[in-house]
Amino acid sequence: MADIITMPKLGFDMAEGTLVRWVKREGDIIEKGDVIAEIETDKATVEVESNYSGVLRQILVEQGSILPVNQPMAIIGTEDEDISSISLIKDELKVPKTKRNQEGKEKTKKVEDHASGQVMDTSKSRFLISPLARKLAKEYGIPLENLKGSGPSGRIVKNDIDLFIKDQGISSVQNDKDQIVPLKKLRMIIGKRMTSSKKSIPHFYITRNFGVDKLFDLRTQFNDAMDGKAKISVNDLVVKATAVALRRFKNLNASINDNDQVIQHGSINIGIAVSVEEGLMTVVCKDTDTKSLIQISRETKEMAERARAGKVKPSDIEGSTFSISNLGMYDVDEFIAIINPPEAAILALGTAKEVPVIENGSIQIGMVMKATISVDHRISDGAEAARFMQHLGEILQSPIALFVDI
Amino acid sequence: MVNEINYLDMYYQMVQIRRMEEKAAELYQQGKIGGFLHLYIGQEAVSTGLISARLPQDRVITAYRDHGVALNCGLAMKEILAELLGKATGVSGGRGGSMHMADPSKNFWGGHAIVGSHLPIAAGLALGDLYKKKDSVTICMFGEGATNIGYFHEALNLSKVWNLQVLWVCENNKYGMGTQVNKASAVTEIRQKAEGYGIPNERVDGMDIMAVRKSSIEALMQVRSGKGPYLLEIMTYRFRGHSMGDPERYRTNDEIKKWEEDDPIGNFRKYLMREKISTEKQLLEIENKAEDDVAESVRFAENSPEPKIEELFKNTYFTD
Amino acid sequence: MERISMREAISRALWEEMERDSDVFIMGEEVGLWGGTYAVTKGFYDHFGEERVRDTPIAESVIVGAAIGAALTGLRPIAEIMTINFAFSAMDHIVNEAAKLHYMFNGQFVLPLVIRTVSGGGRQLGATHSQTPDAIFAHFPGLKVVAPGSPEDAKGLLKSAIRSNDPIMFIEHATMYQVRGEVPDGDYTTPIGVSKICRKGKDLTIISYSKGLELSLNAADELIKDGIDAEIVDLRTLRPLDMGPVIESFKKTNRAVIVEEGWKSFGVGAEISSRIYEEAFDYVDAPIIRVAQKEVPLPYNRNLEQAALPQIKDIIIAAKEVLNG
Repeated sequence: MADIITMPKLGFDMAEGTLVRWVKREGDIIEKGDVIAEIETDKATVEVESNYSGVLRQILVEQGSILPVNQPMAIIGTEDEDISSISLIKDELKVPKTKRNQEGKEKTKKVEDHASGQVMDTSKSRFLISPLARKLAKEYGIPLENLKGSGPSGRIVKNDIDLFIKDQGISSVQNDKDQIVPLKKLRMIIGKRMTSSKKSIPHFYITRNFGVDKLFDLRTQFNDAMDGKAKISVNDLVVKATAVALRRFKNLNASINDNDQVIQHGSINIGIAVSVEEGLMTVVCKDTDTKSLIQISRETKEMAERARAGKVKPSDIEGSTFSISNLGMYDVDEFIAIINPPEAAILALGTAKEVPVIENGSIQIGMVMKATISVDHRISDGAEAARFMQHLGEILQSPIALFVDI
Repeated sequence: MVNEINYLDMYYQMVQIRRMEEKAAELYQQGKIGGFLHLYIGQEAVSTGLISARLPQDRVITAYRDHGVALNCGLAMKEILAELLGKATGVSGGRGGSMHMADPSKNFWGGHAIVGSHLPIAAGLALGDLYKKKDSVTICMFGEGATNIGYFHEALNLSKVWNLQVLWVCENNKYGMGTQVNKASAVTEIRQKAEGYGIPNERVDGMDIMAVRKSSIEALMQVRSGKGPYLLEIMTYRFRGHSMGDPERYRTNDEIKKWEEDDPIGNFRKYLMREKISTEKQLLEIENKAEDDVAESVRFAENSPEPKIEELFKNTYFTD
Repeated sequence: MERISMREAISRALWEEMERDSDVFIMGEEVGLWGGTYAVTKGFYDHFGEERVRDTPIAESVIVGAAIGAALTGLRPIAEIMTINFAFSAMDHIVNEAAKLHYMFNGQFVLPLVIRTVSGGGRQLGATHSQTPDAIFAHFPGLKVVAPGSPEDAKGLLKSAIRSNDPIMFIEHATMYQVRGEVPDGDYTTPIGVSKICRKGKDLTIISYSKGLELSLNAADELIKDGIDAEIVDLRTLRPLDMGPVIESFKKTNRAVIVEEGWKSFGVGAEISSRIYEEAFDYVDAPIIRVAQKEVPLPYNRNLEQAALPQIKDIIIAAKEVLNG
């Protein structure tokens, strides 16, 4: 009995993905767990593993197809079994979308109707586009699905590219010294998400100084005790501290849905921003508050490595409920981060510095780290956020709270 | 002004042609010569006798049965064979093949494949000489089959109207490819067509080299004297088919045998012996030398290099 | 500079070259006493004499054939074929002999030959006297085909053709002899095998030659009133074809219309559009449009004839279509 590989749901809000590349070919022998394709979601390009073993008997969709989640993509079976009845699925497949409506949030179940006369091929994503327009789109890194064609039968022509560029504010004025650098995919994804976030989420911000002397001491003690067998960083400590702090502030570990409901998440999954070659990725530590520092440290390191190597797993980047971004290594006083939707908040950490502090009426040297939280005002408000920051500060100042419930 | 006759040289040339053509047939059957191959076997007396009568300034142009004519005009046998083998050392660098041999420096203007197309060109050669007031005569050879095509008529007409110095020489070998003269031509005496253009003409026995030469000398003198074009109809026969691969269904073996008894080389041999112009021994030496020439030419041709592929486009235009 | 007609320009080229080089002579039907059926050689016979301006019988094969022979002897004959419709009677000598002798005989035969002839319809002469089969002659390697679109180019190109050692077909147009244009004084030659942008523009590229060029220039003057600024390339030579300015222009405008008087099928436009797709595929913003004669033997009736021939309005429509395509 043959098995069908479908477009996987790689994130709770994923509605569709792009089949970027088939890694295996028809006729290849597949073991369960083999990577068979690369899929691009809103967040990243991800390797998809086969859940079945067998022979890849038939590929149902072409590279470049945009498919709704659960859409059949391939058939795995034994070498010689009859799959003709299953192959019929191909003809019944919903027509993969070739263009997306740019305006507003897309309700994904709908397949858009296009201008009559447009060529729709069930097995290919086909754009009507002049050779010139295609070349320009590539040069400017404009995904074709972002373009509306004004030519005959909806053909995309140069003018459409020109208009898009103008619209997007991409400078189309070129002089000899300008260098055109096409946007990489990840950058484009980040760009889209951050634009959407800024546009639709009412951000407010609270900045606070955290005394982190005790934190640094704890780190040193810890690493000494481990004697090289394991190592934790200040960031690991802050991550855990934040997770623990969130236990009391369920409203900041939440998401808002379209029905004006706030979903307070059952798990605290801290998303940690990691810098990769093409931009930024957020790796996710699940149930951070329950994990040990060593676990947090190890998992974060491994996920970061995978991210930098371009081999990130879906589970690495899905499911975060609260994000932390740390620019401490760059000598940054403070900064303001943009919320990763659909999270409620994001914490931006600056560099921990030795500064004069006033203690008991006299000036001392203390280790201070400035952090700014950005919060979705639809979910929370200043008072609550401020109290959270206060509580976090207490934990950081008395790190014993990481181990016991104070 | 007349070329002094050189009997032995004439005999030598005839035998060279015969042996060369026989060798060409062999090479063709071995697959070493491609395309078409039109042999002159049986017609040697025509071109040898005719061209022996020309002065150096006289131009010769013929159709595609041109290997013998080329040799008579002074082209080297080894270069003719090399051309047949398509080699770079061939007369036309391997570009022309059997039907397109030429050497302007020897006043041999080809070698033309389209039936009758060279007749207007012959008129043009004579026009050029007229323009420059030279006394050259253009000797234009063609088969009787070519006298039915428009080009023949246009060219003969113009040569008469403009008083061009052309000696039109029709080699009547009785068959245009496989069609007998009487089935293709309104008049079987080709010279009658010249009559229609007011061009003086005569018929000659092409198996008798002395007769050919005599008529040629007289005709050339007439043309050169400014009396305009002349047509010689030279009766001959080809012992082999129209070209290699001709199944010769249009004539009988008996007919061919009969003609072979009238072999022009044999005839001339007898004549030379009878008139005591040469001895058997001399003739044998010549025959052997001709065979050696062929052997040496084949060696040369076979050892010659192919034309370079990189030079494919060379000479498409004069200015490239 | 002087403003003269195409006829005058061609005539002057012939006269000046005949004066310059005594090996140059003209032969053809009615070139001498009649003065040429398009009056191009009017006065030549009296000045140059019957040896150098030779009236021939009506026999195209021998006109071209004898010209070939004369060229082989080192002369520079200019054979006139009264109209290109009669060139078919000399087809063998044009494409089998003239085009190939230099190559077949490995460069031993040099043919400094010019065949002057006239293309074009529009004078109610009926189908067999009105054709523009220029593309057919451009098909053959070994032959050069030149077709000027202006008096200046006609004079310069004809001089180049006469001085060239290649066999060249020089195609004039039956209804352009009275077209006037500025022509430089004195002796000058125009290079064969070089196209020219003769009208700068930016919205689309119109490619043409000979009569099509005249129509295109007129169309451009109309189009600019609608705010459409056409750039026009004059091919001037069909073989060897110079795509340089065509591609240069096309890369700028990305849209092209090709105008020819011959039929569309297997014509000049077919070749040029093919080359544009080959050499500038990524610059194509719309399918290339060809304006050509309707696929029909040209009728006698005046209206029918004009309906079949490409007109200025056809070019205007095509230009607008290609901009919307």
